[in-house]
Amino acid sequence: MRGKAQLRLGAVIVGAVALLGIFAPWLAPYDPLTISLSEELCRPGRLHWLGCDSNGADVLSILLYGARVSLEVGVVVTSISVFVGLMVGSVAGYFGGWRDAVLMRVLDMIFAFPGTILAIALAAALGPSKGNLVLCLSLTGWAGYARLVRGEVQVVRQMEFVEAARALGVGVPRIFMFHLWPNIVSPLLVTATFGVAGTILAEASLSFLGIGVPPGTPSWGQLLVFGKDVLLEAPHVATFPGIAIVITVVGFHMLGEGLRRKLDPKS
Amino acid sequence: MLVFLGRRILQTIPVVWGVGTMVFLLLHIVPGDPVEIMLGENALPANKEALRAQLNLDKPLGVQYAIFWKGVLTGDLGSSFVSKRPVSALIAERFPLTLQLAASALAWALLLSIPLGVLAAALRDGIFDRLVLGFSILGAAMPNFWLGPLLMLFFSVHLGWFPVTGRDGPSNYILPSITLGLGLACVLTRMVRTTMAEVLRQDYMTTARSKGLDWAPLYLKHALKNALIPVITILGLNLASLLAGAVITETIFDWGGLGELVYRGIQSRDFPVVQGCVLMIAATYVAANTLADIAYTYANPRVEVG
Repeated sequence: MRGKAQLRLGAVIVGAVALLGIFAPWLAPYDPLTISLSEELCRPGRLHWLGCDSNGADVLSILLYGARVSLEVGVVVTSISVFVGLMVGSVAGYFGGWRDAVLMRVLDMIFAFPGTILAIALAAALGPSKGNLVLCLSLTGWAGYARLVRGEVQVVRQMEFVEAARALGVGVPRIFMFHLWPNIVSPLLVTATFGVAGTILAEASLSFLGIGVPPGTPSWGQLLVFGKDVLLEAPHVATFPGIAIVITVVGFHMLGEGLRRKLDPKS
Repeated sequence: MLVFLGRRILQTIPVVWGVGTMVFLLLHIVPGDPVEIMLGENALPANKEALRAQLNLDKPLGVQYAIFWKGVLTGDLGSSFVSKRPVSALIAERFPLTLQLAASALAWALLLSIPLGVLAAALRDGIFDRLVLGFSILGAAMPNFWLGPLLMLFFSVHLGWFPVTGRDGPSNYILPSITLGLGLACVLTRMVRTTMAEVLRQDYMTTARSKGLDWAPLYLKHALKNALIPVITILGLNLASLLAGAVITETIFDWGGLGELVYRGIQSRDFPVVQGCVLMIAATYVAANTLADIAYTYANPRVEVG
């Protein structure tokens, strides 16, 4: 029962954030990029529900548009990572032998490299842009999925129905698609849900360091940087984007945890 | 056991080689000319050439690669483009600071998460368990670049309990290590809770309980020892987030450790500094994971050695 409630609450939070982001242009009361120096750092009130940042831009509008950036990056990066991880992990786990040995050493190297440090170094070198951000986070993100898929495939590979398919002469792509992958979809889905949460945090961290999305893009991480500099005069600027990040990440965690309980009968 | 140790240590060599190569390539294939950044775009071509030759940047990539590894193996990591000081000296100066910060974060994370996890598992599905679980989810979702400034605002500025930045005494360690360690503490708490709950369900625990064993030896000796084994591996893997988190935490609190050195190096395109730091961080991480692996094998007699 608790798992079900968690799943529902997580889905509601994630769904709400997604809808707010998608409909940001209609929902946002102001243009998030308008500079209005007369309203610089205004307190939350009737005109600006969550106040203004140091440019006088409406915090609520930035948050709504920022939801788009966070979710977009989170979902795109996770999808790319899952896809690459699925391919690499399937090949390593199914064939074993030298392919497995080589791929596992490559994974070891990537795991040996603190992912965020690599992403920071790469993002700093390539310069801030959404494309570079997605590239950096995907480059470091796929390895975890590859390891997971490899382990699962190694188990499924030995099952009788896979052996039967092999004995009947079914080709490798068909075995992957119809026999292996349907059996590993649940753990992959659960991990990917947690992965989106991690990516949203990573995106905000990079934006916080000034190497995430380009300046001028409304994003939670960047609003936090502005907010950090005016923490004493206007604590609301840093508070709201932080709350938005925490709520979204918790939402994905609950969704992941709920899915895990639902899909994994052992727990 | 010795053979296992030897093999495990040998296995780290290709990993370190790969990491070094990645670092070398990373900073050489990306756009931007360090000489122009150092001297400015309007510098005399002759000066640029001289500097390029001095830094070996005029040599083919392969030769630069060889020079890079020769340097790494002899402990000569080059000199900073900006401060002109040897990178190894900079690292030697800064690394202990990062280690101290990471160690204090790790220490409180362990001291908090093990008892909380054990209690939550023992009182499974009760109010305490739910509270711990709720807080651990919330804590893991709290970005350290948000937590740090908030802690600073509340405890340093409003209450004046701790210094805002700097490293003068023990009180300076409290806020940065909370900022850095909270995520790890939350992950560990959930991990300990899960593994402990699993151990408590085992048959031998039922046997021990039915023998009328007291709770202390029951939980601490029979259960905790087994529950902590998987935690060792998680600990090794999470060291990466600790080291990466140090970059942000150090930037917030002006800590002046390796993390801050990396950040500044990246911003000024100081290749040798970034290379040296990243290599140092990766080597620490590989060493810690190897140790965790060895400890795991040692603690878990079920893992076959050989």
